[in-house]
Amino acid sequence: MKNKSMICLGIESTAHTFGIGIVNGSGKILANAKDIYKPNEGYGIIPMEAAKHHSAVACDVLKKALDEAKIKPEDVDIIAYSAGPGLPPCLRAGAKFAETLSARLEKELIPANHCVAHIEIGKLLARAKDPVTLYVSGGNTQIIAFAEGRYRIFGETLDVGIGNALDQFARDAGLDFPGGPKIEQLANARKIGDFSTCTRTSFAATPKTSGFCACQKPSVFVQSGKYIRLPYTVKGMDLSFSGILAEALRQLKKGAKLEDVCFSLQETAFAMLVEVTERAVAHIGKNEILLTGGVAANKRLQEMLEIMCKERCAKFFTVPRDYTGDNGAQIAWTGILAYKSGEKSVNKAETNSRWRTDEVDVKWIKK
Amino acid sequence: MDKKIIARGAEAILYKEKIDGQEALVKERIRKSYRLPQIDSELRLQRTRREARLLSEARRCGILTPKVFSVDEKGCKIVMEFIKGKMLKVLFNEASEKEAADIAKETGGQIALLHLGGIIHGDLTTSNMILSEGKIYFVDFGLGEVSQRIEDFATDLSVLKEAIKSTHFRRLDVLWKSVEKGYKSSNPNAEAVFRRMEAIEKRGRYSKRD
Repeated sequence: MKNKSMICLGIESTAHTFGIGIVNGSGKILANAKDIYKPNEGYGIIPMEAAKHHSAVACDVLKKALDEAKIKPEDVDIIAYSAGPGLPPCLRAGAKFAETLSARLEKELIPANHCVAHIEIGKLLARAKDPVTLYVSGGNTQIIAFAEGRYRIFGETLDVGIGNALDQFARDAGLDFPGGPKIEQLANARKIGDFSTCTRTSFAATPKTSGFCACQKPSVFVQSGKYIRLPYTVKGMDLSFSGILAEALRQLKKGAKLEDVCFSLQETAFAMLVEVTERAVAHIGKNEILLTGGVAANKRLQEMLEIMCKERCAKFFTVPRDYTGDNGAQIAWTGILAYKSGEKSVNKAETNSRWRTDEVDVKWIKK
Repeated sequence: MDKKIIARGAEAILYKEKIDGQEALVKERIRKSYRLPQIDSELRLQRTRREARLLSEARRCGILTPKVFSVDEKGCKIVMEFIKGKMLKVLFNEASEKEAADIAKETGGQIALLHLGGIIHGDLTTSNMILSEGKIYFVDFGLGEVSQRIEDFATDLSVLKEAIKSTHFRRLDVLWKSVEKGYKSSNPNAEAVFRRMEAIEKRGRYSKRD
C-alpha cells in the first residue's frame, strides 16, 4: 500500500461549517477549504437552512480545496466524510456529497467520527502523544482520553455545550453571531490581566517520577471588572451550564452591565471547565492536556488551562486556530488513520447524529 | 515545615503529619491561580467546610470515612485519619473478576446507606474509595451535598457508572451489575432511583433515544 503518498479528501458538515480538507499519508495538510453558514441576525442555526447552504457551496469548496492542494480529482485515493455526531440535515448534505463524489471518482468511502477527528488533528498539529483532551465547541463539551482501544469520555456537559450556552447568552443580549468572540471582547474590556509569569508556548515539564513536582509559581491575576456571582455547577467530572446561563441573563435584565456579566460568565464557566479537566488529569494520571474545538480559540480559556498545567507540571497543547473549529482536514486525517488500520470502506454514506466518541473502535492506536 | 506531599488531587494536596505521635493526613485545598480570587476562595472555603461536615455525617449513616481531627478554615485544611489501603481504581482492574464484583456490590450497598442518610457524595469515582482491611472507606466529600431528591441520588450513581465505564471498561457490565445489586439490597427505593438514572442518561447529549 502506498501509505505515505496516499491522499485523502475529507468532508466536514456537522453544523455551521462546510469544509473540505486534503491530507496525505504522512500527515501533511495539502488543503483546508471551508465556507461557513451564517444565520440571520438574532437567530441561531436553522439546520435545514445550513444544510441548503452546504449543498449550495459544496462544488465551490471542492474546487478551492483541489486548487489549494494543486491536485486533480483523480489524484485523490480515498474520501472520508463526517458521519456524526451533528445536526441531521447538515450531516446528510455532506454525506450525500461524499457519496456522489466517491461514486463518480470510483474512490473508497470512509466514515469518520467528528469528535475523534477533532482530537486526531489536534494531536497531529500540536504533536501531543497521549493527551487528556478538553473538547469545547457549540454542541460538544467533553473531557476525553484514550484507554483500552477507545477514546473514553471522562466528563461531559449534562445539558448544553459551552459554545451553545455562550451563543445563546449573546443572542439574548443582542450580540451578533458568533457570540463567543463578542463575549470575550466585552469581558476583556473589564479586566486587566497580568500573566507575565506564564509563557504562550506550551510548557515543557520536567516531571519527577511521582508525576508532579513543586515548581509552582502562581501568576498574579489583577482584576478590575466587577464579578457577579453566578452558579458554579460541577458534578465530579461532569458539568452543567443551564443554571449559569439563566442567572447571567437574569442579572442582565436586572440591569447589570453587559461587560460585567460577560466577564463573570467567562470566568465562572471556564473555571468549571478547567477544574473538571484537572480532576480528569488527576484521576487518569496523564500529563498532556490538549485544548480543541471552536471555543478553544478563546484566549482567556487558553490562559487558564496554561496556568493549571504549569502548576501541575503538565504539558499544555493548543491547536492552530484554523483547526480548532470544524474543518475538513480533520476528517481527511482521521480517514487516513482509519483506512490504514484496516477500517472497511462503505458504499452508502450513512450518518448517525448521536454517534458518541466512545463508540468508535480506535484501531490505529496500539496500547 | 517540610511537607512531604503524597498525592496531588485536582484541588488539594495531601501530606502526612505527626499529631500526638499518631500519623495523620492533611488535606489542604491550595489556591488555584487560574481562577478569579473571589471564585477561588469561596470554593475552597465552602468545600472544606462541607467535606469536614459530611465526613462526620456519613459516619453516622454507617459509612466508613476517615475521622476528622481538626479543621482549619482559614488555611482550607482538614487534618484526618490516614487510611492505609488501595484505591478501588487500582483494585477494580487488578483483582480477580469475582473479587472485583464482590467489592463493587459492597460499594453499591454503602452508597445506598449514604443516600438513605440523605447524603450525596458528588464525586463517586473509583479514586475516592479505598479498600482497607477488607472494608471500603469513602473519601473526598468536597462536592457533596445534603439531599433527599431521587434526581440527586440518580446523578450521584451516574457519576459512578461513567467512572467505571471510562476507567474499567472491560468489566463495566459485571461491575455495574454488582453495584446495582448492592444498592438494591440496601435501599428500598432503588427501583425509582435506577429508573431516574435511565431518564438522565437519555437526557445526555448523543445518548441513545427510543
